[in-house]
Amino acid sequence: MTDMTAATPATPDAAKVETPFQRFRSEFFESRVATFALATFGVIVLLAVLAPWITPQNPYDLAQVDVMDGRLAPGSEAFAGYTMWLGSDGAGRDLYSAILYGLRISLAVGLASGVIALLVGTVIGLVAAYAGGRIEAIIMRIVDLQLSFPASLVALMLVAALGKGVDKIILALVVAQWAYYARTVRGTALVERGKEYVEAAQCLGISKARIVFRHILPNCMAPLIVVGTVQTASAISLEATLSFLGVGLPQTEPSLGVLIANGFEYMLSGRYWISVFPGLALLFTVVSINLVGDHLRDVLNPRMRK
Amino acid sequence: MTVFVIRRLLQAILVVFLMSVIVFFGVNVVGDPVHMLVNPEADQSEIAATIERLGLDRPIWEQYLLFLKGAVQGDLGNSFIFGEPALQLILQHMPATMELAFTALTLAIVIGIPLGLYAGLYPDNAISKGIMAGSIVGFSLPTFWVGLMLIMLFAVELGWVPATGRGDLGSFLGIQSSLFTADGLSHIFLPALNLALLKISLAIRLTRAGVREAMGQDYVKYARAKGLKTRRIIFVHVMKNIMIPVVTVMGLEFGSLIGFSVVTETIFAWPGMGKLLIDAILQLDRPIVVAYLMIIVMFFVLINLLVDILYSILDPRVRLQDQGA
Amino acid sequence: MTKVLDVSGLKTHFFTRAGVVKAVDGVDFSVSKGEIMGLVGESGSGKSITGFSVLGLIDPPGRIVDGSIKFNGQELANAGEEQFQRLRGNRISMIFQDPMMTLNPVLRVDTQMIEAILAHENVTRQAAWERSRDALGLVGIPSPEERLRAYPHQLSGGMRQRVAIATAFLNQPDLIIADEPTTALDVTIQAQIIYEAQQLTKRTGTAMVWITHDLAVVAGLVDRISVMYAGRIVEQGGIDDVIDRPRHPYTVGLLGSVPTANRRGKRLFQIEGMTPNVLDMPKGCAFGPRCHARTEACREEPAIEDVDGRRLRCFNPQRQAEVVS
Ligand SMILES: Nc1ncnc2c1ncn2[C@@H]1O[C@H](COP(=O)(O)OP(=O)(O)OP(=O)(O)O)[C@@H](O)[C@H]1O
Ligand code: SF4
Ligand SMILES: [Mg+2]
Repeated sequence: MTDMTAATPATPDAAKVETPFQRFRSEFFESRVATFALATFGVIVLLAVLAPWITPQNPYDLAQVDVMDGRLAPGSEAFAGYTMWLGSDGAGRDLYSAILYGLRISLAVGLASGVIALLVGTVIGLVAAYAGGRIEAIIMRIVDLQLSFPASLVALMLVAALGKGVDKIILALVVAQWAYYARTVRGTALVERGKEYVEAAQCLGISKARIVFRHILPNCMAPLIVVGTVQTASAISLEATLSFLGVGLPQTEPSLGVLIANGFEYMLSGRYWISVFPGLALLFTVVSINLVGDHLRDVLNPRMRK
Repeated sequence: MTVFVIRRLLQAILVVFLMSVIVFFGVNVVGDPVHMLVNPEADQSEIAATIERLGLDRPIWEQYLLFLKGAVQGDLGNSFIFGEPALQLILQHMPATMELAFTALTLAIVIGIPLGLYAGLYPDNAISKGIMAGSIVGFSLPTFWVGLMLIMLFAVELGWVPATGRGDLGSFLGIQSSLFTADGLSHIFLPALNLALLKISLAIRLTRAGVREAMGQDYVKYARAKGLKTRRIIFVHVMKNIMIPVVTVMGLEFGSLIGFSVVTETIFAWPGMGKLLIDAILQLDRPIVVAYLMIIVMFFVLINLLVDILYSILDPRVRLQDQGA
Repeated sequence: MTKVLDVSGLKTHFFTRAGVVKAVDGVDFSVSKGEIMGLVGESGSGKSITGFSVLGLIDPPGRIVDGSIKFNGQELANAGEEQFQRLRGNRISMIFQDPMMTLNPVLRVDTQMIEAILAHENVTRQAAWERSRDALGLVGIPSPEERLRAYPHQLSGGMRQRVAIATAFLNQPDLIIADEPTTALDVTIQAQIIYEAQQLTKRTGTAMVWITHDLAVVAGLVDRISVMYAGRIVEQGGIDDVIDRPRHPYTVGLLGSVPTANRRGKRLFQIEGMTPNVLDMPKGCAFGPRCHARTEACREEPAIEDVDGRRLRCFNPQRQAEVVS
């Protein structure tokens, strides 16, 4: 981060030197689209967190669900008296409630696997950078090999072997995504190692660990944040896909993907809402994260600077 | 060139061999091979026979050699459900998938490259910004969800095209494909568009980035200094440079299209190998899963090889380096 | 002698986010038929931008904000792209600094030469090819037929620059702007190329602007010289006047930093300091902060005036004796 300020020495007015963070913040919020996307994502997270307090129903408490309410159109009144603004699903659950509860699961699985994959990938990347030589070559070969297959296929194969369940899905997503982080770390390591001060540090006999933690790791942060946002969005979307295909989360852990799959059978008969509304929730989540990530890439990548 | 191809072929064989080890260990060491490879509904004597046939009582390296021997001879076991050789089943379903992936790739190129070119040439205008916003959305939309929306809109609401299945096959130059009949085309339209969406976004972004980079290069300024018409600069000088990475990446994406077709085929009930795979996973028909995996690995390796060769043909600079090797 | 190019009061500014970069800020010069004018200055002094302005190759955020560029009496400062397209490569050619970057890497040499002819003339490809071949012969390229079939990366740097020079002469232009055409080459090749360029201008009567930062290289080539500093001309005159009796402290410094045979062994005179930050120009004389002859008067901006048979922008013209200090 420190060399980012150094990259722009031509600040005309020395009096108002910004810290890198202030600079980053002002550049980020310069884009209205990105600001809006970030706000949207914030609202989505808030809705998910507050779900138990702001929904009329706990859709998985059987005592609160009435089968008589099944497949009601949006805006209908439930037997219990409240309005189902988004309609109800086949089992009589209020869709609005089901979606907020589903968001909780989708976000939790996506964020958990995103964070774990980031940690695992970063550690492996750093190990490669630290060890160098043969170990680095072998690790990077594995990374390349894995990246030549689409993550979705890797995850699909893993759940085929592992079976359903939250822990298994997270494991599959982590295995499918760690390589992206490892590659990012290694890319930075290559750039950093070529720099003169690191070469000088090596000549001075400064320890490898110091180089890895003082030079490589801090410089990885910006690209890791960018890769992390995009990969988390893709993890959420991938989990939804697997659950939709019936090989992801079980009915007892109804993420958005499960909700959409449940509505699929009603779609052809015109009861669109059961699939469409959970789908829109998924859409807003993934698109808002990606828009933020896309803009982060522009702001954090010094090469794109004018 | 030949040296290059031979070296790459050896690498490819190594990768396939490596994957066979991973698949084998995945099935036989991580999982319980009896549980994985024997039909759950089989009775005791059948289980014993299978253990005997697969040599599950022998040492692990001997088992691997047996597996490898079977694989080399094209024997990856019989499907529990269909009772036919798994490999044969997959090969039967392959043409439908290839046809779908091929159509999707064509759509991606035909739609994505012109849009990307436009967005790259006029990066600041409103249409370009719209194209780029669209490509981010296209990137983020989960394929299955788009598939549902397409069915709802074009099949259910508008009734323009059928929602599911593959249409009549036509024959042209000895190739059987639904691309040669009107009914077939109407069936393939939605799934191909669905599958293509991500790749359209990818083609837009690749092309745009390439155009923007090329436009800043000295050779473009030099071409302008020669008094060339803008058309020639864009379509000859710029396009010829960008097509190298674009064709390479899109070629590599063909493999991922085949992988992704699992989702699209499921939604549109398209009778390809992806649908076969999902059904097999849901019905615990493991020989099919193993066979699919081996086939798809070979496929990826083959595509990587072909794209590398294509790259060296397209880029004159690579050819020279290779002559030296 | 008729003036082929007459530039006066040219200002080309870049309107960037950080502020207005006055890359060229009031430049006057002219070139006559058969004449070679050297445009000399340190890196960033605005030489290339001056050249690009003449060809209409300034892209946003840059813009010609003031001044006139008369080419054969025709005003170009506000000419349209179409008018420029007819002139570029046809009546005015340009040779770029780095031959590694200016030829398109994926097009063959023949394609890139022939297109320069076909863009302006309605001749057959065969005729254009023959002319390209003859042009390559003229700049001393052995077996030109073979070189025409090559890709740029198959030629050495010197070869590529010869191709660029041959291309510049293809349509017998009235004016050639050569932007540091030999900077990227090693010394022996430099000398050859300069010799060939000189021969060609003599033979064809083409006017030439030769941009360089190395006075020694062009001393034997050019007829007149313009020394540029921070977007302006500071000294301009006949080559003998300027080289032998420089008046501007900056020119004195430039000459001092040129190692010549008779001064070998002596400590080189160096200009201390750096080119000023274009966004933050010093008040008064732009060279002031680095000038050893600065006086109180230099707090004001010096105007360009006729002094001692040349144009000069300085309050304290230097004496000849001070050069060898
Ligand atoms: N697109 C641009 N945007 C902003 N400033 C620019 C741009 N192009 C050139 N400049 C500025 O214009 C000034 C003059 O540039 P120019 O390329 O003419 O220098 P030069 O004398 O040719 O130097 P060199 O010997 O390095 O080629 C420089 O300070 C440069 O920073
Ligand atoms: S005007 Fe003054 S500061 Fe400028 S070059 Fe002349 S002597 Fe030096
Ligand atoms: Mg220049």
